[in-house]
Amino acid sequence: MTEKHLSTQFDNELSGISTRVLEMGGLVESQVAQSVFALTQFNGETASLVLKQEERVNAMEIEIDRDLSSIIARRQPTARDLRLLIAVSKTIANLERIGDEAARIARTVQRLLDSGVSSRMRLPVGDLAYECELATKQLRKVLDAFARLDVNAAIDVLKHDDKIDQEFEGLMRKLITYMMEDPRTISSAIDLVFVAKAIERVGDHAKNLAEQIIYIVKGTDVRHNPVHAVESLVR
Amino acid sequence: MYTKVELHSSEKVKLTVRDLNFYYGGFQALKHINLDIPERKVTAFIGPSGCGKSTLLRVFNRMFELYPEQRAEGQVSLDGEDILSKKLDVSLVRAKIGMVFQKPTPFPMSIYDNIAFGVRLFETLPRAQMDERVEWALKKAALWGEVKDKLTQNGSSLSGGQQQRLCIARGIAIKPEVLLLDEPCSALDPISTGKIEELIDELKHDYTVMIVTHNMQQAARCSDYTAYMYLGDLIEFGPTNDVFTKPKCKDTEDYITGRFG
Repeated sequence: MTEKHLSTQFDNELSGISTRVLEMGGLVESQVAQSVFALTQFNGETASLVLKQEERVNAMEIEIDRDLSSIIARRQPTARDLRLLIAVSKTIANLERIGDEAARIARTVQRLLDSGVSSRMRLPVGDLAYECELATKQLRKVLDAFARLDVNAAIDVLKHDDKIDQEFEGLMRKLITYMMEDPRTISSAIDLVFVAKAIERVGDHAKNLAEQIIYIVKGTDVRHNPVHAVESLVR
Repeated sequence: MYTKVELHSSEKVKLTVRDLNFYYGGFQALKHINLDIPERKVTAFIGPSGCGKSTLLRVFNRMFELYPEQRAEGQVSLDGEDILSKKLDVSLVRAKIGMVFQKPTPFPMSIYDNIAFGVRLFETLPRAQMDERVEWALKKAALWGEVKDKLTQNGSSLSGGQQQRLCIARGIAIKPEVLLLDEPCSALDPISTGKIEELIDELKHDYTVMIVTHNMQQAARCSDYTAYMYLGDLIEFGPTNDVFTKPKCKDTEDYITGRFG
């Protein structure tokens, strides 16, 4: 959005909203990374930090939503300005849910620590770290794409989501093997199943964000379409 | 340029414009306009000052013929009949295509006569039928309730919003097929504007309505189709929903979002 409006105030409001979406995105990205760090290192302090940050993320969602209503009421935006604001509203809801997933992981870490689980149990937390790396990479990429309104980068994010899904399925098989081999691991392995699922959901949310970027730039609603169909829709 | 519109199967073209050029003396104000106006829909014309939107409306009921140095070339047909043809009597064209202007223009006569005046030009009605017609037109224009007890008062005694609705009543009293509204609300307060917009929505059940407006939100609110014009060119024409959420032309987008063109 390089061209300016007649009203510079309107320009400032729109760029202010975008900046804060990116700020919120950066915050939840670090939340996800920290929650999985807390898990792999069995670090309760980091887990508490993630839970503390969640309050900030929730507050940001409400602030941005309030500003969106005010801009819509005062400016009556149309076309791509309207699409940007509608997309931002959905984007921040997705970011907030990513924050929720991170908080879920952090709470799991606290519970594992409380029940005396430690690195001695040799659970496959390293594999979770890898799945998390894939998910945060997607998240970073989609936030970059949002900042630059880059449709190709957004499509790239859509294309890579199945990598996380595959990793999730692999992890599932592995955890089932652990449980079968040593029933004492069942309760903590189930916790890890939920963590893996949470990370997989982060990837799904990143995908939703990518779809919103395409909507802003192209005006095409590509939700609920397979990736190859999306590519032909935006041509 | 994206000016071709796929109409729904239930929609019919009322007015066809083909290669229309218009000149104020040496100045060309409309350039090769091609447009199909759907029947019983509201079509809004938007664009910056001087883009030719009012000129286009003036061509549709041959208002320009009052000025010798102005001329139109090309074809404008109403249900297939070329209304620019010199063979067609201009008052017959205006009987089918009524127009309401920016400033309310009540005649200096009673409210009743304001409506009856135009009707008398085309029809000779007995008193009772004329009364009915006046009441019908005033009801259609959502003014009846406010003036039914003072029909003999002068039209100019009404408020601006009421005067404008009186002009609309006058326009529809002769039962035209098309109603042209040239900035009908620009001199009105929001309440009167709201009433006129409500009225426009009502009128489209019976008439094909075309409205020129500087207020884009008004175009977005009350039209089914929107045409964006710039410097005498028709830039984009399409369903209002599409034009205001996903315009096809960058120029249209820049204009409706308030960016420098």
